[in-house]
Amino acid sequence: MLKTDFDDARTEPYGPPEQHRELQSTNPVALLDWAGRGRGVWAITKYDDVRAVLSDFRFSSDRSKPDHPAHAAYSPGTIQGQIIAMDPPRHSLIRGRVMGEFTVKKVAALRPRIEQIVDEAIDAMLAGPHEGDLVEALALPLPSMVIGELLGVPYEDHHFFQTNSAIYTDQRATPEERTAATAAIREYIATLVDARLDTPGVDILSRQLAAGATRDEAIGLGFLLLIAGHETTSNMISLAVMTLLDQPELLQQLRDDPAILPKAVEELLRYFTIAEVGGLRLATEDLDVHGVTIPAGSTVWALTNTANRDPEVFPEPDRIDFSRGARNHVAFGFGPHQCLGQNVARLELEVVLQRIIDRLPNLRLTVPVSQLRFKEHGNFGLYELPLAW
Amino acid sequence: MKIIASRTVCIGAGQCVFSAPESFDQDDDGKVVVLDDSPEPGAALAAVREAVEVCPSRALSLVAD
Ligand code: HEM
Ligand code: SF4
Repeated sequence: MLKTDFDDARTEPYGPPEQHRELQSTNPVALLDWAGRGRGVWAITKYDDVRAVLSDFRFSSDRSKPDHPAHAAYSPGTIQGQIIAMDPPRHSLIRGRVMGEFTVKKVAALRPRIEQIVDEAIDAMLAGPHEGDLVEALALPLPSMVIGELLGVPYEDHHFFQTNSAIYTDQRATPEERTAATAAIREYIATLVDARLDTPGVDILSRQLAAGATRDEAIGLGFLLLIAGHETTSNMISLAVMTLLDQPELLQQLRDDPAILPKAVEELLRYFTIAEVGGLRLATEDLDVHGVTIPAGSTVWALTNTANRDPEVFPEPDRIDFSRGARNHVAFGFGPHQCLGQNVARLELEVVLQRIIDRLPNLRLTVPVSQLRFKEHGNFGLYELPLAW
Repeated sequence: MKIIASRTVCIGAGQCVFSAPESFDQDDDGKVVVLDDSPEPGAALAAVREAVEVCPSRALSLVAD
């Protein structure tokens, strides 16, 4: 009973695919045909159902299972053998060992360093020609520098780390270039871990090793943090800045009352829900969702972007409303896999928006939003954001 | 109302600390610590209700005393 082809392309820059919105009101647990995959996919579009699926480990994240929709056979370059691709009990054990690194307090202590990185990037923007691509000037370097900071990448290696991590996120680079960059980063992280095995430092990798992580586990973790936290944060930074420049009344609200910044960040996260691919699961037994039985072995996609536009939870969902104050969105997922780095991402976004408002009063789009190029599959984002300042 | 928190279920996302910093903290392992398990009705209780709602691992609940 596969009726329609699953369609995951956003129809306009800001919103979920029309098909998913329609399903949300007509058929919230729908079996569609996933063209190109030769299989069906259960599209879950209501907010409550999306949260229920993501909370339930029987909808498996284990990407080493050959049937898993994010298995390497379907998603080349997928993250394997890491918490994002694991079920309990291993997931609980390994996440439990690292989650103390990302508490609200520990992350808040990163603020001065993040401010410094952002200020240096803005200094460079002001020193050169007053126009360019924000993705290259700020959105892409910042998250990789921050992760480098967490991993204890020494200053002299920042350039190498930064350049290679920019290449593997670049969908326009050739597969060979991306593979080479990925290998270079992995090898680099391995060297870091080996150095820490010799001489422990004051970084996450050293502390994980001290807490019992093996060499391979430490390398894998370093790599996961980069893969999960680099392009995602970068995409959100450029989309957030684009929105504020395209809708000056929103920018004005932030100028008038900087205290609403955290709420604005939350609302932009909800609105764009860039990491919907994180909601892919494999049903490991017959499971009930909204009264419908999903058979064991089915591919299930908890569509967080559509869930975040569910009018029963977010009134007037298509309006960006900084006063909404809704922290219950699912842009970072839900359940045991909810983003480990979410507080880091929030902080980076907050600092960037604040510094841009304070230091770049003439910042403006040089190309209308309708002509910008958006990433269509994988994480949602912008290839470049040409601006003048 | 009284807060019940399951430290076994907690996955350390810190959402509760964001929502209700007077009632919740995290220990060095990232696990939730309840600072005050009986929030005053009003703003404090509302903040705790938000924390219960947003906790990704459903580790938190509010029960009648
Ligand atoms: C705006 C930026 C970000 C977004 C939208 C985002 C989104 C997500 C989502 C949706 C998931 C859940 C995937 C699933 O359910 O399988 C996730 C997991 C994860 N994220 Fe993020 N993320 C962001 C930034 C970061 C950063 C900065 C880091 C690291 C410093 C990070 C590290 C992780 C890790 C380690 C996981 C796996 C957690 C687990 O499986 O237990 N993320 N992220
Ligand atoms: S919100 Fe829930 S999972 Fe996160 S720290 Fe608090 S209790 Fe733990």
